[in-house]
Amino acid sequence: MSVQAVSASAPGRSNSRNPGFDLDLGWLRQIRMNRSALERRAATIGTRRTVKKEWQAAWLLKAISLIDLTTLNSDDTAGRVERLCAKARHPVRSDILKALGAEELHLTVAAVCVYHTFVKTAVDALKGSGIPVAAVSTAFPAGLAPHKTKLAEIEASVKDGAREIDIVIERHKVLNGDWKGLYKEVRDYRAACGDAHLKTILGTGDLATLTNVARASLVCMQAGADFIKTSTGKEKVNATLPVSLAMIRMIRWFHEETGIAIGYKPAGGISSAKDALTYLALIKDELGNAWLDPHLFRFGASSLLTDIERQLEHAATGHYSADYRHPMA
Amino acid sequence: MNIPQIFKSLDYGPAPEGAAPVNEWLDTYARKFGQFIGGEFLKSKNTFATTNPATGEELAQISQASKPEIDKAVKAAREALDPWQALSGFERAKYLYAIARQVQKHSRFFAVLETMDNGKPIRESRDLDIPLVARHFYHHAGWAQHRDREFPGHEPYGVCGQIIPWNFPLLMLSWKIAPALAAGNTVVLKPAEFTSLTALFFAEICRDIGLPKGVVNIVTGDGRVGEMIVNHPGIDKVAFTGSTDVGKAIRKATAGSGKGLSLELGGKSPFIVFEDADLDSAVEGLVDAIWFNQGQVCCAGSRLLIQESVEERFIKKLKKRMATLRVGDPLDKAIDIGAMVAPVQVERVAELMRIGEKEGAVRYEPDGSLPNQGCFMKPTLFTNVSPASTIASEEIFGPVLVAMSFRTPDEAVALANNTRYGLASSVWTENINLALDIAPRIKAGVVWINSTNQFDAACGFGGYRESGFGREGGKEGMAAYLRPAWEKALEPHQAAWQTAVDEMPYDSGGVDRTAKMYVGGKQARGDSGYARRIYGPQGAFIGNVADGNRKDIRNAVEAARKALGWSTATAHLRAQILYFLGENLDYRREEFADRLRSQTGVNAEQADLEVGLAIERLFAFAGWADKYDGAVHNPPVRNMTVAMVEPIGVLGIAAPDEYPLLGAVSLLAPAIAMGNTAVLIPSERHPLSMTDFYQVLETSDVPAGVVNVVTGDKPALAHVMAEHDGVDALWFVGDAEWSAKMEASSIDNLKQTWTSKGKAFDWLDSDQLAGDYFLAKATQIKNVWVPYGA
Repeated sequence: MSVQAVSASAPGRSNSRNPGFDLDLGWLRQIRMNRSALERRAATIGTRRTVKKEWQAAWLLKAISLIDLTTLNSDDTAGRVERLCAKARHPVRSDILKALGAEELHLTVAAVCVYHTFVKTAVDALKGSGIPVAAVSTAFPAGLAPHKTKLAEIEASVKDGAREIDIVIERHKVLNGDWKGLYKEVRDYRAACGDAHLKTILGTGDLATLTNVARASLVCMQAGADFIKTSTGKEKVNATLPVSLAMIRMIRWFHEETGIAIGYKPAGGISSAKDALTYLALIKDELGNAWLDPHLFRFGASSLLTDIERQLEHAATGHYSADYRHPMA
Repeated sequence: MNIPQIFKSLDYGPAPEGAAPVNEWLDTYARKFGQFIGGEFLKSKNTFATTNPATGEELAQISQASKPEIDKAVKAAREALDPWQALSGFERAKYLYAIARQVQKHSRFFAVLETMDNGKPIRESRDLDIPLVARHFYHHAGWAQHRDREFPGHEPYGVCGQIIPWNFPLLMLSWKIAPALAAGNTVVLKPAEFTSLTALFFAEICRDIGLPKGVVNIVTGDGRVGEMIVNHPGIDKVAFTGSTDVGKAIRKATAGSGKGLSLELGGKSPFIVFEDADLDSAVEGLVDAIWFNQGQVCCAGSRLLIQESVEERFIKKLKKRMATLRVGDPLDKAIDIGAMVAPVQVERVAELMRIGEKEGAVRYEPDGSLPNQGCFMKPTLFTNVSPASTIASEEIFGPVLVAMSFRTPDEAVALANNTRYGLASSVWTENINLALDIAPRIKAGVVWINSTNQFDAACGFGGYRESGFGREGGKEGMAAYLRPAWEKALEPHQAAWQTAVDEMPYDSGGVDRTAKMYVGGKQARGDSGYARRIYGPQGAFIGNVADGNRKDIRNAVEAARKALGWSTATAHLRAQILYFLGENLDYRREEFADRLRSQTGVNAEQADLEVGLAIERLFAFAGWADKYDGAVHNPPVRNMTVAMVEPIGVLGIAAPDEYPLLGAVSLLAPAIAMGNTAVLIPSERHPLSMTDFYQVLETSDVPAGVVNVVTGDKPALAHVMAEHDGVDALWFVGDAEWSAKMEASSIDNLKQTWTSKGKAFDWLDSDQLAGDYFLAKATQIKNVWVPYGA
């Protein structure tokens, strides 16, 4: 078995954007994911790795810089989104940052993620901060709407100023093995994105097996995804460590074969500082430090930040903190 | 480093586990420990230092046990035996349960102490060693209670001498003590001299829960103490885990002593990766296989066998992974590889690596530096290795992996089995057909499919070949601490066995018969060209047999090895053939009875009884062939462990003189029913029944080589088999002196040896001998772990 690097265009530098490749079904067939083995690895990453004291504080600050601060609720309003954007600019109380000696980091979250309706609101609220706005798109969260409608939705969000588009794939194509259909779907999304970065949400909780997750990951990467992302947060099961392992190992393989580094975004269910640290260790050990950068890794999370803030206050003061002490989003 | 710097570098930083509680405990003993005998600690004397291998610092002084102290310990265990056995199973279960609970309550203390004494990463002692210890005692609490139901007619050995190694100090203690106590034995246990401390804290626990004094005795010291235990006449059973060399010495030392023996020894376990495996997971599997406990693991997957088609890619992945392994302070919670147990072990491993390089192997180790002090070694990979390389065959017992490639599944199996050892193996493939084809073909006591180094109290663990015998864990582990009550009650064999002669010797008349030997399905002349005269009970000449010699044994063993395909014949087919043997013997019932009468002088009734029982026994084992089978265990992970009952291989059988037909058939039938092939040496005085018997074999569809018969000087021929590396097990019926000699001579390939030890077995007793007594000895259990999940 030897993997044939697919290439519509020649593999670029490791930091260049994914140009997209031909669909390679042969590669797809070579994928093997052993659930038990992946679960064992996933279960031990948090027991093999830990960070304490200043290291923990620094890693938690890093985690904040990787958050896509998100609100995706049916009762979202402009006011709520503005509050979220304010938090995105100042994710941690300045006295805590000062106590930790971390003011020089000028810490912000990685992006703010909202529905299309609030893209403009968010773009205005974040003006001058450099923080990009990400829009969930393509009939989020189920992804089942006319293809043309979904392309139009992407274009509208890009037009409103979204620099990142989180699309959802049609899961039935994975379950039925319609890889050509999935490839074409994502290819079209990528074209519609233009310069905006494309994050493809696989809805891993719907995909039944880790092999399906891995195959869908590869098809999306071949179709030009800049990021692959686990979930909408609306499935019954969202980001888990075994699923993450399956996806990042596909990212690693894709990078080995093409030289293109694809980003990873676990979303949904990551709500504690400890969880976040485990994910960072997983990425560090499996993909390397290069991936611990907003360019290549994001947390999709809404409540994670609060827990991290409490831990940071503990790091700064030595006593345990409570959530009401930190400005809400 | 300040926080913004770490923010950029994203290093892991130190994460030490505190050692204060352990140091306080050591101080309460003024860092000096004596023997734990009869429920109390003796004064320390003749002490030596035990050190922390990560720092070189002395932790405490341990006492070297003296001969009087060993006597005292054995005496304490002996005195504790009767009251301990008088307890109900439930009462003993409560003690084992209490121990399990105590281990859990003190789990972190145990973990820290173990890591300080042994050098293994705190992650391993905390997450693997200690939880497995608690699990072992829980599991065996159940066996204590159900012993009599599950092992009817069995009794414990008595006082067990147990000697354990330094690589999993407390875990090995639990593997020894839990089944011994559950079965109703008392113990004298010696931890390794490098790592005695957790055993001494365990002694405190025994005291805390009020375990009756003398049930558990812990004696410390080096190999000399072990030797005293092994040779002590008050010890009924010896259980040893450690090196194959010491195991062989113990086998030799206990030969003829009548002591029970189980040995769990070394290994060079293959780790087989097929092209259709989840390669990334297989790489991670290797981390758990060879970089677990610094590679100081008897079942470490130390021989990587990788399919050629994916070799390059796999090795690349492996090297990348090796670079992310963190070596250092074992008390650090983010360390993968801690310290080797002692400087002498570092030197041993380094020496083997030098030999490897000298022989042309290519050494790889990741960049990065090791701590300045302490017994640290980098994870190491050797490529350009062949089966002929020293490092491919010698157990290294360090963080050193050797890699070789194969082309086909058959070649993978051949390479996997190309070793003197047979402890464990891993098989990686996503194809269940391939996995379940390979697992039974590997000569090892444990096969892990798509996983490695999985252990559980419910699943037996132990080796084939020179990796030892006996199992630990599961029902088979319990069986190793019990024996049939009738066996203990056997009387010494009367040297001049003779059936009552109540009439004149029987003479059938007729044509002179030629008894040859039977080898590879053919009647064969002896190599020597000499014949032995066989006489009837009144001294009358009744016939000749060939006088077999070494070469006849050699030929017979060769034929038996070639016939090993018998083990893969279906159990139904083996049953059919055994039934057919019975049928054909019955057809010639009178002729066989006549022959018995002319040889031994028994009367017609006695002769018919013997032939009838021989037929019954063939039927009995025909009936067992498809029923004495395995089990599926449920360890606490998503997995099924299939305990397969496998034949041992080529069995040498030296039959009794009495009951020349029934005795031999009683041994032969269970052996071949379970799929072994056999080389039979019939009764030396009365061999003609079994030379007649080959005609029955010939007419009963027994494949060539499955049964071979060599006549002649029984002890001399059996001794050739004892020393023959192609014989996997030896059953010898004879006097005590020769029995001892057979046991002592079996050490070269550590064959499983059963002897009658000069005791008088009652061959007429179907209760004793038509059941599982010989079936258990004709088989070994392989545990195949099959994790699953879509």
